[in-house]
Amino acid sequence: MSIDVNSIFQIAGIGIVVAMIHTILKQMGKEDIAHWVTLVGFVFILYMVASFLNDLFQEIQRVFLFK
Amino acid sequence: MEIIQIVGVGFIATILIIILKDQSPQFAFLITIFTGILIFLYLIGKISTIITMLERLATEANVNMIYLETILKIIGIAYIAEFGAQIMKDAGQSSIASKIELTGKILIMVMAIPILNVIIETILQLLPIKG
Repeated sequence: MSIDVNSIFQIAGIGIVVAMIHTILKQMGKEDIAHWVTLVGFVFILYMVASFLNDLFQEIQRVFLFK
Repeated sequence: MEIIQIVGVGFIATILIIILKDQSPQFAFLITIFTGILIFLYLIGKISTIITMLERLATEANVNMIYLETILKIIGIAYIAEFGAQIMKDAGQSSIASKIELTGKILIMVMAIPILNVIIETILQLLPIKG
């Protein structure tokens, strides 16, 4: 089973970009929009992580005979 | 050498987390969870080979499959509980982590009840109790 390292870089990249956008928007004085941007980025990555967690739990159920 | 791959993934994830931690701690935490999932997903492929071997041994030794199934379920519960508890400990919620560990232990105990019953009945049959 190959290790999917790209997703780690993807998460880190989205995190850095969102942090930059947050800082820029904060400097422009648009605090509310900055918070929304952070929230949307967080939810997107949370969705990715949750789908991977689902894969992991399905695999555990398959391997350890929980059926 | 797959261990080098795993250690490499761990290193990369750690460095990325250190970079991200100042700007946005929540993304850093999600990377932590994700790396954990990745390593566990890798591990479960290996565990699956071990378990197929154990199943073959058990069928050849004519062991009742219910016992093996219970043991496998117990290992699975331990695996999931450990994974969740470690993540919650990383996030600083060690009280929730300890409750999850307690739940795992109790669920394992509940799963082991049929085997314990069999053992107790066997011992009672061995003892020469007149009644």
